[in-house]
Amino acid sequence: MGGQRTSHWWTVWGALILVWALFPLLWMVSLSFKDPNTFRSQTPTFFPSKWVWTNYQTVFSDTLFTSAFRNSVGISLIATGFAVVVAMFAAYAIARLDFPGKRLLLSMALAIAMFPQAALVGPLFNMWRSLGIYDTWLGLIIPYLTFALPLSIWTMSAFFRQIPWEMEQAAQVDGATAWQAFRKVIVPLAAPGVFTTAILTFFYCWNEFLFAISLTSTDRARTVPAALSFFTGASQFQSPVTAIMAASVVVTIPVVILVLLFQRRIVAGLTAGAVKG
Amino acid sequence: MKNIVKRYGDGFLAVNDVSLDVADGEFVILVGPSGCGKSTLLRMIVGLEDITSGDMLIDGNRVNDKAPRDRNLSMVFQNYALYPHLSVFENIAFPLRLKRVADDEVKARVHEAAEMLELTEHLDRRPANLSGGQRQRVAMGRAIVRKAAAFLFDEPLSNLDAKLRGQMRTEISRMQRQLGTTTVYVTHDQTEAMTLGDRIAVLRKGLLQQVGTPYELYEGPVNLFVAGFIGSPPMNFIPGRLSGGRLETPFGTHPVKSERMRGVGDRELVILGIRPQHFEDASLMSAEKRDRGQPFNATVDVTEWLGDELYAYVPYEAPAQVTKQLQELERELDSEQMRTQLVVSLDPASRIRSGSTAELWFDTERVHVFDPATGENLTRTSDLASDQAPADVTDDGSPGVTASG
Repeated sequence: MGGQRTSHWWTVWGALILVWALFPLLWMVSLSFKDPNTFRSQTPTFFPSKWVWTNYQTVFSDTLFTSAFRNSVGISLIATGFAVVVAMFAAYAIARLDFPGKRLLLSMALAIAMFPQAALVGPLFNMWRSLGIYDTWLGLIIPYLTFALPLSIWTMSAFFRQIPWEMEQAAQVDGATAWQAFRKVIVPLAAPGVFTTAILTFFYCWNEFLFAISLTSTDRARTVPAALSFFTGASQFQSPVTAIMAASVVVTIPVVILVLLFQRRIVAGLTAGAVKG
Repeated sequence: MKNIVKRYGDGFLAVNDVSLDVADGEFVILVGPSGCGKSTLLRMIVGLEDITSGDMLIDGNRVNDKAPRDRNLSMVFQNYALYPHLSVFENIAFPLRLKRVADDEVKARVHEAAEMLELTEHLDRRPANLSGGQRQRVAMGRAIVRKAAAFLFDEPLSNLDAKLRGQMRTEISRMQRQLGTTTVYVTHDQTEAMTLGDRIAVLRKGLLQQVGTPYELYEGPVNLFVAGFIGSPPMNFIPGRLSGGRLETPFGTHPVKSERMRGVGDRELVILGIRPQHFEDASLMSAEKRDRGQPFNATVDVTEWLGDELYAYVPYEAPAQVTKQLQELERELDSEQMRTQLVVSLDPASRIRSGSTAELWFDTERVHVFDPATGENLTRTSDLASDQAPADVTDDGSPGVTASG
């Protein structure tokens, strides 16, 4: 009976947390469907009294948003790709090889991750201007890589460490070169780790605001989080709130899709059965 | 096939100056207590461990600097090291895929191997869904499809339960005989060593102690260590003295008749090695046999009746200087005996029970005499090996052992 009661408690807790987390999201969705002219009514309701698509039309007809969306997708994908590849090799080296300065490297990586980003924005702004990469994709990809790599390396080296050494040695005895052993045995086994890292990095780049707003000035490289703050309504007398909400919904969707897609892959235990059970 | 002199060092010497010849098609066992360097030796053969000095020869070619993949050896790991993301079929096929063997040939060879190991119905499954014994067989399958020059086994049975271990042991033996592939097998289990090997190499702290057929090791161990390691239950070591053709032990004085024992001469203190199987219950013996030895009375502490055998334990007091040496030996052999006692294996029909006094007998002809300081066997005759050893193994004289400290 006691077990039953605790499990009830867990359900209640779960529901509470779910409401806590979902309420802002629901509100966002609800607002995005409200009429931009009348959403501030005398008797506020949670759900729109009249469902309209105008906000989405406004968002997608606005070049500010569409170009920002393109920038976001491009920059996030490129940064993620690089981060994963670099982190994979770095993490493999850290997990497998013994080289001088390994500890130093790892603690440096951690130090970078802890460094306050706001402190870097000013210097970066000046540097980027003189280097001529201000307001370009590259100008954003570089800092994103810098801040995404430490975490990626740490998570991936943890995954690599879980893979038994013998797997690789067995592959080598079976006739594989070091590279073949890495590609055919280690990478497939580390796939959950690679996906986890990729998703985390992608989210970071996708949601990043500080660099995005400081290191861009035009549509050339501005990403969605930054672009949102420049939104105006269809006319200057119209509040942009509902349009911003619609844009937010649009940028949230890829994140949700990604999580649903890779949820299955982010399971540990792919190595089950490799060694004695 | 090989002529290996290897020295390995990373701070301490794991394998020290070991030379070993493995003939084509031979089944050689490397055996020793944990930490004796046997696995390191095996990993040096396969190329996963660097060789500090010495030469490793396969078919006369020096392979010291060759990568594992160029040595054409296959290995079965202690924990099998199967690839969990591949099916059983792909696991076995893995070495062939790396060599870009044509698809139909891969299929044919994998099926052949699977049939031999009775894995055919499991080919589509993942290693995670297999039992321990099946995984073990998959690992063996992966080793045999390659048609490698030699198989290396690194304690392949240590993760299996006792019953399965016995079955797999027979299986490995059958497979090796069938394929006739040269095999080097590492184990710490002396039963596996005795039953599987054509020849056994006993290692201790990185030093090769003795190489020989199971028979040679059992009947003519070169020193205390080998004597204590081979045989189950282990050989009894008791202090004794040789004087004037008589053998004085804590269990009475026994006349020595054979040349073998006389050759040792008079010694103040020796360690006698007597196998539990060489004791008998004097009351059950024929008079003729009984006359060859000298019965003695002993108080039996505990008996264990196993149906086919009866083990009796006889405690005794040993002088301090021998006790120390013996305890050290025990520690090295991974066992810990609390007291000095004889373990005696008797006829199960014996009426000796715990706590009673019994008249026991041992075969003085089969007593080994060891030097207490060096541990060397003083009664080992070189003709013993050639005398009675099973003749199917060619062994060039005394085993090529170099033991330099």
